[in-house]
Amino acid sequence: MMPTTLSMPAYTVHQLGFHYRHEAAHESQAWSLREVDFQVAHGEILGVIGPNGSGKTSLLKLLAKILRPHEGFIDLFEEKLDGLAHRTVARSVAFVPQESVQVFPFTIFEMVLMGRFPQHRHTIFGGWGWEGEEDLRLAEQAMATMGVLALAHRRIGDISSGERQRVMIARALAQQPRILLLDEPTAFLDLNHQIEICSSLRRMNREQGLTVVWVSHDLNLASQYCDRLLLLNRGALFKLGAPDEVIQPATIAHVYGCEVLVDRHPMSGVPRITLPAASSPSEQRSS
Amino acid sequence: MPVLTRRRWMVTLLGLFCISVLVALFSLHVGTEPIGPWQALSIVAQFLREGGASIESADPSTVILLYLRLPRVLLAFLVGGCLAAVGTALQALLRNPLADPYILGISSGAAFGAALAVLLGLEASMVTFSTLPLCAFGGGLFALAIVYRIASSSGVLPVQTLLLAGVILNAIFAALIMFATSMMSPTRSFAMTNWLMGTLTAPTYPVLTILLVYVVVGGWVLFRQARALNLLTLGEDSAKSLGIDVEALKRIIFIVSALLTGAVVSVSGLIGFVGMMVPHAVRMFVGPDHRLLLPASVLIGGAFLTAADAAARTLLAPTEMPVGVITALVGGPCFLYFLVSRKRGLSFYS
Repeated sequence: MMPTTLSMPAYTVHQLGFHYRHEAAHESQAWSLREVDFQVAHGEILGVIGPNGSGKTSLLKLLAKILRPHEGFIDLFEEKLDGLAHRTVARSVAFVPQESVQVFPFTIFEMVLMGRFPQHRHTIFGGWGWEGEEDLRLAEQAMATMGVLALAHRRIGDISSGERQRVMIARALAQQPRILLLDEPTAFLDLNHQIEICSSLRRMNREQGLTVVWVSHDLNLASQYCDRLLLLNRGALFKLGAPDEVIQPATIAHVYGCEVLVDRHPMSGVPRITLPAASSPSEQRSS
Repeated sequence: MPVLTRRRWMVTLLGLFCISVLVALFSLHVGTEPIGPWQALSIVAQFLREGGASIESADPSTVILLYLRLPRVLLAFLVGGCLAAVGTALQALLRNPLADPYILGISSGAAFGAALAVLLGLEASMVTFSTLPLCAFGGGLFALAIVYRIASSSGVLPVQTLLLAGVILNAIFAALIMFATSMMSPTRSFAMTNWLMGTLTAPTYPVLTILLVYVVVGGWVLFRQARALNLLTLGEDSAKSLGIDVEALKRIIFIVSALLTGAVVSVSGLIGFVGMMVPHAVRMFVGPDHRLLLPASVLIGGAFLTAADAAARTLLAPTEMPVGVITALVGGPCFLYFLVSRKRGLSFYS
């Protein structure tokens, strides 16, 4: 892959279109994503938000080359993503799925070490080989960052879903990616781990220039930790900009179809969303 | 279970290899004609040193050992090892610990090919070379083509479709086999039933050599993919994001597994249980990493079937039992025991 500079965008997405059902491609509502255009700057944290079914996860999987676009294209560091081998992509992009299947009793350590696979050279033995000292060290470091080092020799099936989510992130970090794609990384996490993970992602972003694309349901968390937000509505890009510009009462009301209160976070000043009271005091009195 | 290292890999496989050799020696020793283990060893050693020349002036035990027991032990080992390897690979491919080599319908296709051969009397038509394995292998290839065609119709190979296509094909072929068997004369239908239960008969050395080369090449292809199989068990999305070309990998695993299954079934019939149980049992002891799991399963599968065949030859001597009956009767309860004893202490997988 070409050397990259900070000015070079990590991703350029052009007129991206994707649908799941091939036979229904002529129906406009069959498209999960359509005519999506944006860039991800090198070294930014981009939050992808939007209601259920707006195409957030599809977009993330397209960026990870798990899915292939049906229209338009994606450039990764100014090279066509379509033309790159999965192994090449995996050396700079790590993907953390929302949930992962676990059928076989791998230990946490083994799981995280699998993140080292893309860095291995292929020989006549195929992908056969052993993890070296460096791999073990990086895996341990990733587990320590995600606070799962103590679980290293437990089986993946024996830990909670929140812990499993941190293991998945640790596996992605062990890949030593330049871009981290996260699908709802905080969905199963309790409050302290949410904050811990968000801050460590933020730290790696600031210190090592890690680019993060982060799909989130939690608008408050997203607006607090993301440099920019990308709001999707029914497969189309509705708004892209700083949290201030995207988290507007009118915008949220339009896309999510519900009224919310938006004020400022008392410390950081980023927009904060509050749900309106279930029923207003006057209604409560009358009932 | 600590992380798999080169040292643990070597020690485990060396241990299992020694066990396999002991089992093979024991199988050479037991039988209606008593041949001591040392005698067996020296005959084999002499054969390896001098080649076929030593046979001219041989006594009966040498002939029995070299032309009946040794090829049969080697066949049992190859078949057992191959079934276990294919079972391991398919369990990873389908992400289903209950998968076995027969789940894709290839074996039923092969069995149907064999049934047709028996029904039409093809198996006796050539004196030097039995055509039954060839017909069976042809049936297996036919089934492979059907399953592949159905499952890959949309350009990708969805494992659920693969599984369903295999199950349905199994049912259709089972009906056809029953129909074919009902049309046969009683002698032939008896032979067919015996074949279906799985029987190992001593092959000639050329046949054994062909099978050996075939299995080694197929096994090598699976073995190369050991780490990719580890990643594939995490799900296809994760595997792709870790740099695996998942569609190519699934194709390779499916086709190699199907070809190996077809070949093994054509020479041995439907020997049940080895392909499902051995990977399971081995995984409990050595862990799920396919770099160790695959070769360990080959050794244990080979040793298990060799021992089972020794029992099939000797328990009701001079009558032989179908070895498939032994594998299920011994393997089933053992497996249930592992399952229960494991459940009590640690949790069984997740």
